[in-house]
Amino acid sequence: MTISTTEKIEGWNTPPVITPDSEGELLEVAMGPHHPSTHGVFRMDVALDGERVIRLKPIFGYLHRNHEKIAEGASYLAAMPYTDRLDYFCSLTNNWAYALAVETLVGQAVPERAQYLRVILAELTRVQNHASSIGFLIQEMGASGTPLMYAFKEREKILDLFEELTGSRMMCNYMRFGGCRVDASEAWLNDTRKVVAGLPKFVDEFENLLSSNEILMARCQGVGILSRELAVNAGVTGPMLRASGVNYDIRKVDHYGIYDRFSFRVPLGEHGDVYDRYMMRILEMRESIHILEQALKEVPGGPVMDAKAKIRGFRPKPGEAYGRIEAPKGELGFYLISDGGPNPYRYRIRPPSLINLTILEDMCLGSNVADVVLIFGSVDIVLGEVDR
Amino acid sequence: MKSVEEIKAAIEAAVPGARVSVVENPSVSGQRSLRLGHAHAVEVAKFLRDDAELALDFLSNVSGVDWPDKEIAEKVKVTKTVTKTVDGVEQQVEEVVEETRKRTEPGYLEAVYHLYSMSKKHGPVILRMRTANRTDEVEMPSLTSIWRSADLQEREIFDLFGIVFTGHHDLRRLLMWRGFKDHPMRKDYVEPDDFEYEPTAHDEVLQRAQEHQAAEQKGEGA
Repeated sequence: MTISTTEKIEGWNTPPVITPDSEGELLEVAMGPHHPSTHGVFRMDVALDGERVIRLKPIFGYLHRNHEKIAEGASYLAAMPYTDRLDYFCSLTNNWAYALAVETLVGQAVPERAQYLRVILAELTRVQNHASSIGFLIQEMGASGTPLMYAFKEREKILDLFEELTGSRMMCNYMRFGGCRVDASEAWLNDTRKVVAGLPKFVDEFENLLSSNEILMARCQGVGILSRELAVNAGVTGPMLRASGVNYDIRKVDHYGIYDRFSFRVPLGEHGDVYDRYMMRILEMRESIHILEQALKEVPGGPVMDAKAKIRGFRPKPGEAYGRIEAPKGELGFYLISDGGPNPYRYRIRPPSLINLTILEDMCLGSNVADVVLIFGSVDIVLGEVDR
Repeated sequence: MKSVEEIKAAIEAAVPGARVSVVENPSVSGQRSLRLGHAHAVEVAKFLRDDAELALDFLSNVSGVDWPDKEIAEKVKVTKTVTKTVDGVEQQVEEVVEETRKRTEPGYLEAVYHLYSMSKKHGPVILRMRTANRTDEVEMPSLTSIWRSADLQEREIFDLFGIVFTGHHDLRRLLMWRGFKDHPMRKDYVEPDDFEYEPTAHDEVLQRAQEHQAAEQKGEGA
């Protein structure tokens, strides 16, 4: 990879400026905050020259609740349920990222069985996130309902598993520093095996329905192109980065948890357009199913909490740690500074949804306004994490 | 990957005059960091990104940290000459007395940058920069020209901590609204009085409500 060609990167610190063709006035449209395609409350102030986008300014903060400040006033463990509410589609990966950061801070070991459960839950989360994010993307394209309901049908099966194990469909609050909250029964593992056995059929069906669909190809191919150099420089992570052809998956780079034990491939895109991002999610689902099959074969017995894990009077030594995982939307990191007290002195989240939006304007400039909805949908964000 | 000391030496060799120091991390994570002076920060960042061996092309995370003024009470041993009566005779005796002295360590705002390399797949290298104080000298050079990913994150820090990043192309509030005055992530931030949302209107709340309305009528509050 040759990225550090300085000439190319200079001048990238601002979005390019496009001059309108026509002599008339520009039409300024505020898309949002309650536009159905914005996945929540998010606004884009768009300036249009006919159908062409000349300027696009994202406006954030409608869902801001200062999660970081709340967590700095609470004990380390009390912030765990709050992490569920960041990206509420993927509460289990949020839990894992936070647990990983705290475990890095205090040097806490995690027992084998808990590691396996974490991998199984994270990959199930990835499958249901990618499925529903594709469903939303197709919905925004105008396919009203059907693909989204296909995705949601599968997602419900996975959420049922989450509910059985953790007591909640979406707000799971499952991981702890040094393991997991409750053990999974053999019956739950068998149910999971059944659901996972049905997943390849679902992905096949989903792909048959969509991948070679003429309308989908016409709307997605060549739209919203993101070059690999800009993607790296702008800190884009997750399926979006890999769609631009950069081989960077934190599961492979950091080998956090026990990901070094499973064989899986990292799919890469060529063009970095919306279609590649769609395809990336389909392929990642397949790889996740592959990991799930391997993990479910060999779940070891034993405790799910480290016996030495400190629960009461948890006060890490002064210092700091940054822990990150490959969440379904990108690199989710937690940066913690401890001053020796019972609550974190500084608690910072690296939100992949927000940082992937840095280059939204660059991708949208010059394209039609109808494509803005698609490009935005292909980034796959959740406003709970963008605004925190 | 190179150790923090080696990176420091490489920076000092490549950018003459750059002020770099190693910051220790006593926790078991062992993630030590480098503190940069403002003057050559952008050049150092450019070197770290473009150096063939380090190739830190990916700026992952930018965090603001607030360190308010600290009052430190120290016990100091002082030798004093005291007049004492020893064996019925007044004498000047030197005596060691313990005194508690208070000094204030000035606070500052800090930005922490976590860098990784996507091409070499190593990291993190952690950079930190400080402002001179928390009130009037809160400038710091922006690294957006080197890594675009600092764009929204520096805007967020400007919004919530009040660090002014010089050289940032579009430094506006990100999460709070236009016209908002304070910086909510600072440790000494006081929440606004929201008596209107108190669930029960008891005496203390009514009292505060009256004070509010008085201020509004004078045209001060809201």
